[in-house]
Amino acid sequence: MFSSVTYKKFLDKLMLAVFFTAGFITIFITVGIVYVLLSDSIEFFKEVSIKEFLTEKEWTPVFATKKFGIWPLVSGTFLIAGIAMVVSVPLGLLISIYLSEYASVRVREFAKPIIEFLEAIPTVVFGYFTLLFVTPFLQKIVPNLDGFNSLAPGIVLGFMILPYTASMAEDAMKGVPQRIREASYSLGATKLRTALKIVLPAAVSGVVAGFILGASRAIGETMVVAIAAGMYPNLTLDPREPVQTMTGYIVQVALGDLPFGSIEYLSIFAVGLALFLIAFIFNSIALWLRSRIREVY
Amino acid sequence: MVIGSMIESLKNLFSFSAERVSEMGKTIQKPEGEIKLEVKDLNFYYGDFRALKNINLKIPTKKITALIGPSGCGKTTLLRCFNRMHDLYPGSRYEGSIIFHPEGINIASPKIDVLDLRRRIGMVFQRPNPFPKSIFENVAYGLRVNGVKDKKLIQEKVEWALRASALWDEVKDRLNANAYSLSGGQQQRLCIARAIAIEPEILLFDEPTSALDPISTSKIEELIMELKDKLTIIIVTHNMQQAARVSDWTGFMYLGELIEFANTQKIFTVPSQKLTEDYITGRFG
Repeated sequence: MFSSVTYKKFLDKLMLAVFFTAGFITIFITVGIVYVLLSDSIEFFKEVSIKEFLTEKEWTPVFATKKFGIWPLVSGTFLIAGIAMVVSVPLGLLISIYLSEYASVRVREFAKPIIEFLEAIPTVVFGYFTLLFVTPFLQKIVPNLDGFNSLAPGIVLGFMILPYTASMAEDAMKGVPQRIREASYSLGATKLRTALKIVLPAAVSGVVAGFILGASRAIGETMVVAIAAGMYPNLTLDPREPVQTMTGYIVQVALGDLPFGSIEYLSIFAVGLALFLIAFIFNSIALWLRSRIREVY
Repeated sequence: MVIGSMIESLKNLFSFSAERVSEMGKTIQKPEGEIKLEVKDLNFYYGDFRALKNINLKIPTKKITALIGPSGCGKTTLLRCFNRMHDLYPGSRYEGSIIFHPEGINIASPKIDVLDLRRRIGMVFQRPNPFPKSIFENVAYGLRVNGVKDKKLIQEKVEWALRASALWDEVKDRLNANAYSLSGGQQQRLCIARAIAIEPEILLFDEPTSALDPISTSKIEELIMELKDKLTIIIVTHNMQQAARVSDWTGFMYLGELIEFANTQKIFTVPSQKLTEDYITGRFG
C-alpha cells in the first residue's frame, strides 16, 4: 500500500506530467506546421526565385507558361480584407459605443451573445449566403458587378468579424473605470462627449487590438472567399471583378489532384508561408497593443 | 421559554439602532449669513430603499460645511444629490427640494438642466480619478466641455487653476506628461484644479483624502481652506479630526437622517444630541 503522503506526491508529479504534455503538444504542433511550411517552401524557392515570387505581376501556375508572382493573390486578399474593415470598423465602433455607454444591462446581455454567436456559424454558410443572396442583391445596385467579385465577400466578412471589431472593442471600453466617467459627467459633459473624448481614447489600445485581430481573421478567412470571390488571380483594386485570395488559391490547389512534389503543389506552401507571416505580424501587433491597456489608470 | 427570551433579546439587538434614531430628537441650526443651498424635506431612494429621510439643512455661502457619520449613514448619498450624480444610475428618485440660491432653482426637480447644474457645482472624488490624458488636457477638459475654444484663454485658465491648487510649480515643466505619472496626492490636487478651472460656485468633496498619505492629506486640507474665499465647499469625511480642522459647519448623519447640524466648534465641544456625542467621542461608528 502507498502511504497517503507518497500517493499525494505521486499524484502531484503525474498531474504535472499531464499538464506539461498538454502544453507541449500545442507547441509541438505549431512548430511542426512552421517546419512543414518552411521545408516545402524551400523546395519551391529552389525552382522559383524569391525575386520572381515578389516582383512578377502574374500568378499562372496552371498555364503552359507558369508565372509565380504573389501580388495578384496578395492584392485579392487585402482588397477583400480592406472592404471588410471599411464595413466592420465603423459598424463595430457604433455597436461597441452603444453597448458599452448607452445600452441598459438587459439590452447588453441580450445583444452581446448574439454578436459573439456570429463566430459559431460555419463559414461555408456565410460563403453560400454571399454567393446566392448578397451578390445577386448587390448586382441590382452596383452596375457591372461580376457573379464572382470581392465586394460581396468583403461586406459579408465585415459582419463576420464583428465578434472582434465590436465585441472586443466593447470589452475594452467596459474596462474603463466608472470613476473616470463620473469625473467627466461631474464637469457637465454629455454622454456623447464622455464616450468619444474620455472612454474611447482611454480604451483605444484594446479597441485597435480588436480591429487588428478582426483584420487578421479576414485575411485568413477561406470558405467565403473560395466560394464567392472567384478563382481568378487578378491584380486589381476594382471590387466588381473576380479575384483570388491567398487562401482561395490554397483551397483550389489542395482540392485538385496535382502530383505530390510538383511545382504547383509546392507553391501552396510558399503562399501559406507568406500568409502565416502576415497573420503573425498582425497578431503580434494586436497582442502588443492589448498588453498596453494595463499601463494606464 | 429560554428560546423565547433569546429571540426577544435578539430582536432588541437588531432594532436597537433604529430605535436609537426614533427616540432621539434632531438639532438643526440655521447658519448666519448668506445661504447657498437649502435642503427641504429631502428623501432619496435607490429603488425601494429610502437612503435619505426628511433631510432639512441650510448650507452657508463661501464656508466649509462638513458631513460626518458612520459608514452607510447617507452622507455621500446626500452629497451626490447636490450635483445629481445619482442620475447616472437607474432607479434613483428624489423627493422634496434642494433650493440653489440666489436664483432659487430646485436641484431635485426633474426639469432642471443637469449639465448646467454640474458646471456650477463641481466634485472631487474619493479616489483620484484623472483622465488618462496629459496634465494640461485634464484641466482643459472642463473648459472645452463648456465651449471655450480660445487657446490663449484655455492656457491662462489652466495655469490659474493649477496655481490655485498649489500644483503649478511641480508640473509647469511637464504639462504634457500623462496625469498618471503624478503621485496620488498630486493626482488629487490635479482633480481639484480640473474642478475649479470652470469656476464652479460650489465644490463637493467626497472623502478626498481617504486614499492619501498624511502629508498629501494636509496639503489637500490647506488647499480646501484656501478655496473657501472663492466658493462654497461641502466635504464628506470619515475623519472627524479633518472635519474639526477644516470646516465651519458640521452635519452629523445617522441611518439616512441628519441628526445634528451646527457650528463645527459647537458640535465638537458641546453637541446637543446624545448620538452625536457618542459618535464624536468614539463610542460607536
